[in-house]
Amino acid sequence: MKDRFNFYRFASPATFYPLAGALIPFFVAISVLFGLAGLYLGMLVAPTDFQQGEGYRIIFIHVPASWMSMFIYLVMAFWAAIGLAFNTRLSGMMAQALAPTGALMAFISLWTGALWGKPMWGAWWVWDARLTSELILLFLYIGYMALTAAIDDARRADKAGGLLLLVGVVNVPIIYFSVKWWNTLHQGSSVNLAKSSMAQTMLWGMLLMAMCFWMYSIAVALMRVRTIMLERERNTDWVKAVLEGEGK
Amino acid sequence: MLKIITAVIGRDLKLAMRRQADIVSAMFFFVIVVSLFPLGIGPEPDLLRKLAPGVLWVAALLATMLSLPRLFADDHRDGTLEQLALAPHPLGLVVTGKVIAHWLVSGLPLALIAPVLGIQFDLSSEALVVLTGAILLGTPALSGIGAIGAALTLGLRGGGVLLSLLVLPLYIPVLIFGAGAVDATVSGLGGEGHLSLLAALTFASLGFAPWASAAALKIALE
Repeated sequence: MKDRFNFYRFASPATFYPLAGALIPFFVAISVLFGLAGLYLGMLVAPTDFQQGEGYRIIFIHVPASWMSMFIYLVMAFWAAIGLAFNTRLSGMMAQALAPTGALMAFISLWTGALWGKPMWGAWWVWDARLTSELILLFLYIGYMALTAAIDDARRADKAGGLLLLVGVVNVPIIYFSVKWWNTLHQGSSVNLAKSSMAQTMLWGMLLMAMCFWMYSIAVALMRVRTIMLERERNTDWVKAVLEGEGK
Repeated sequence: MLKIITAVIGRDLKLAMRRQADIVSAMFFFVIVVSLFPLGIGPEPDLLRKLAPGVLWVAALLATMLSLPRLFADDHRDGTLEQLALAPHPLGLVVTGKVIAHWLVSGLPLALIAPVLGIQFDLSSEALVVLTGAILLGTPALSGIGAIGAALTLGLRGGGVLLSLLVLPLYIPVLIFGAGAVDATVSGLGGEGHLSLLAALTFASLGFAPWASAAALKIALE
């Protein structure tokens, strides 16, 4: 039998724990690098917008946060599907570790959107389709976290949360389109977010910041999943060995 | 297949008829919530006519939420649910029956009172017809989606509040198209498009939700 590299080996918390620990500094470093480059491009190099002045620069936080809030929900649903299909322990832990970061991103996106909206549109909040669906996404994150927190048995929490994520992922497009049609039927499009053309440096700054947020999310999720693993597997030998190794 | 569904519907209806107070109190909750709005907003007919579809629909969502925890809780407490899960029929069919029975005792009465409440809001007769039709078409979707939430929160502490956190965001499309149908009729655009979408939501959720709830019940019963 050949001794091939087996990806599934890392589906076990005992082997994933050290791997995650080794990967965290790597992701943190990339995140910081991308963040510095993105902020440099966004704050110093990118030209001032002729309509919105300097205020538009909040886009370099706002858009990456919105992207990540949506992307993390998909990743959670992916882990939920894997967990329900293959009955793996780690997938549920990953989904739970990602949830607070996803909710944070949705919140940042709404918060920066309000800060941006006030000077540009003259209102903290408008019932625009995108804003409304982002708010609903935040509700979905909160619902998921509330459900998993209410169930004491960790395995049941993973499975019930996973099912909720899958139901949510099916519903997200329906909700998005219903909100969109609702909005256009009610008041017409008073806010046009579409930009005719975007300077190259602005686009690059935004992409770099998105990479920074992405890598940050991975790093934080890995940190969180490590503590979840220790907490759930506290009665196993490998956790005792790890804790003794760390001198605690 | 139909036999199982009708058997479950018959059983659940019989149980519900033995405890009529539950049905009536959910209906009065609906009536009271709707009646509170004019008191809070003011009696101007123009304003009320504009608000009526949204108010009635939001109250209908809340009234449906109120009866959802009981969908599985009683059967879970006395062990019936475990027997149903052990039975040779697919659990999804049993849940389909329970969802239909839930609609008959919670959604249907709402549709029957809604026109009376609509008169209080000075809606035209045409709008009242669409309102009744929309509630008839939309509430099965509420029962279906709600069943998933009820199954997920089965036996948890603080289940009721948690249930509303999980289910209300998923109710948003039904709310939008339900209230939109009445709105469109009032403004003269015609509500057929909204009603078709509402029917689509209902059929989709009646097709899929019972199976998702059955999976959730199996997780809860493990």
